[in-house]
Amino acid sequence: MLVRAVDQVNKAAVEMCGITKRFQVSGRGLRRRPPVEKLALDHVSLEVATGEITGVLGANGSGKSTLIRVLATLLTPDEGKASVFGYDVVRQAAAVRRHINRVSVEAAFFKEMSPWENILYAARLYGSGGAGTRTRVEAVLDRLGLPRETLDRPMKQLSRGQQQKVAIARSFLTSPSLLLMDEPTTGLDPRSRREVQDLVNVVRAERAATVLLSTHDLAEAEALCDRVVILDEGRVLAEGTPQDLCREYATDGQPATLEDVFLRVSGKRLEEDVEEEEAGS
Amino acid sequence: MIANSFRWEANAFIGFVERQRNLYRRYWAWEAVWLLYSLVTVLSIGYLASGLSTLGLEPSGVSLRDAQLFLLIGALLWTYLSMVFFEIAFAVTWERWEGTIEYTFMAPVRRITHLLGICAFSLAYGIARAALIGLVVVPLFKLDLSHANWLSALLIFAAATLPLLGLGIFTAILPLLSPEKGEQMAFAVQGILLLLSGVYYPITVLPLPLHLAGLLSPLTYTLSAVRDALLHGASPRGVLPSAAILLAMGLVLVPGSVWCFNRAEARAKRLGLLKRSG
Repeated sequence: MLVRAVDQVNKAAVEMCGITKRFQVSGRGLRRRPPVEKLALDHVSLEVATGEITGVLGANGSGKSTLIRVLATLLTPDEGKASVFGYDVVRQAAAVRRHINRVSVEAAFFKEMSPWENILYAARLYGSGGAGTRTRVEAVLDRLGLPRETLDRPMKQLSRGQQQKVAIARSFLTSPSLLLMDEPTTGLDPRSRREVQDLVNVVRAERAATVLLSTHDLAEAEALCDRVVILDEGRVLAEGTPQDLCREYATDGQPATLEDVFLRVSGKRLEEDVEEEEAGS
Repeated sequence: MIANSFRWEANAFIGFVERQRNLYRRYWAWEAVWLLYSLVTVLSIGYLASGLSTLGLEPSGVSLRDAQLFLLIGALLWTYLSMVFFEIAFAVTWERWEGTIEYTFMAPVRRITHLLGICAFSLAYGIARAALIGLVVVPLFKLDLSHANWLSALLIFAAATLPLLGLGIFTAILPLLSPEKGEQMAFAVQGILLLLSGVYYPITVLPLPLHLAGLLSPLTYTLSAVRDALLHGASPRGVLPSAAILLAMGLVLVPGSVWCFNRAEARAKRLGLLKRSG
């Protein structure tokens, strides 16, 4: 058991080598166009060290969510190998699932059920849910600034920010060794965003969890992440600590910002791209 | 190790049952509507039988009361069987609609535990709902069940559980194969079962190809044996052949359907169909 624990610490939390994922996008309507192939991940290789917070930066459609879904065993890669704590995500998916949890951009819940009922359901699937669960849930929600009376109200009556906090509480309570966070603060007000970010730091500090955080919020990446990976059109364009990247892409002796780094490596402005997407949606 | 694994899966099984119970509790208004719909359907069938005499169409060879009993038992059983079948078959559709499907499929739980958890609740709820309708129908139509052999009926119900689960799991695969049309296909399967399984008529009245297809439906044996038990008081020994056929069908259908479900899940993960809603 001890050997296994030491092994886990020594292993990289995530290893991806040449991961490629394509989707067939078919036309709609009576006159269907032939399906078009979309390359979501293009030979992605990366490593995430145990205990680190790694940010995956990219615009909408850059492949961030696909990358997270591959690690969550929800998508099978077409090529390449990926492992979580040494377990292959395809051949040893069951072992991978015991070590991970995920918070996605949309808080996915049974909307008529209460936060308590949703969290209890998740706890049961992750081997807990017995005596003491309610107290633990209340403690986490207190920490996230969610009023206790919301715990027994239907999810649909909660605000978007409150729902996202419940989603985060749900994933934290299952004590994952690797937490996959897919734009967890998108759509939250500044205060809620700050509370969520604080909790991410707490999880890393108190539970020694590894966090893979996809975001298009550069300030969030800079504040939270030990390392960042810049992804565009399914390809890794740059990776390193925020400080190293900013130094590397400095011009005229002036240190670059992450936005400058993103612009240099991708030729796009991340914030503009996100604003366009939001305006269009 | 094995004990731990069993405990883990048992805990998850409770989680699925608990989740279904909470969902039904929260959607109680919908459930009340469905219960009323089922009750009205059964009553309509009962009055249809009553109305035969006013049309001068009293069946030859059997009394009107027997015909009414035949139809009402079919309607009651169909209420139960279709409800259980519907709930299992819509396990995937419902989760896709709620947006929780990825969380359930990402959980460290065996698929068989997931599916059996949904099935267990559906069976218990289906029995409770059919019993409620029975409580209204039996006194209303003054049904004579004095000859019924309840033990035999129970035996058939128990034996029918396995193939019913298998059929439900098979149908739950459809939304995994096609997020756009899977739900409608599940309805179609339910309709075909209604046609082939002799819910309101003996399958001998069907044209030969449909009759032969009806022999492959476990619901045919369930309906026929339960009618024998309730109408003619067939003994447990008398319904044993039907029970054996149902068990044999279950032993093929349950593992077969779970295997197919796992294959369909792998395909959905390969093609990225798990999340898509339309």
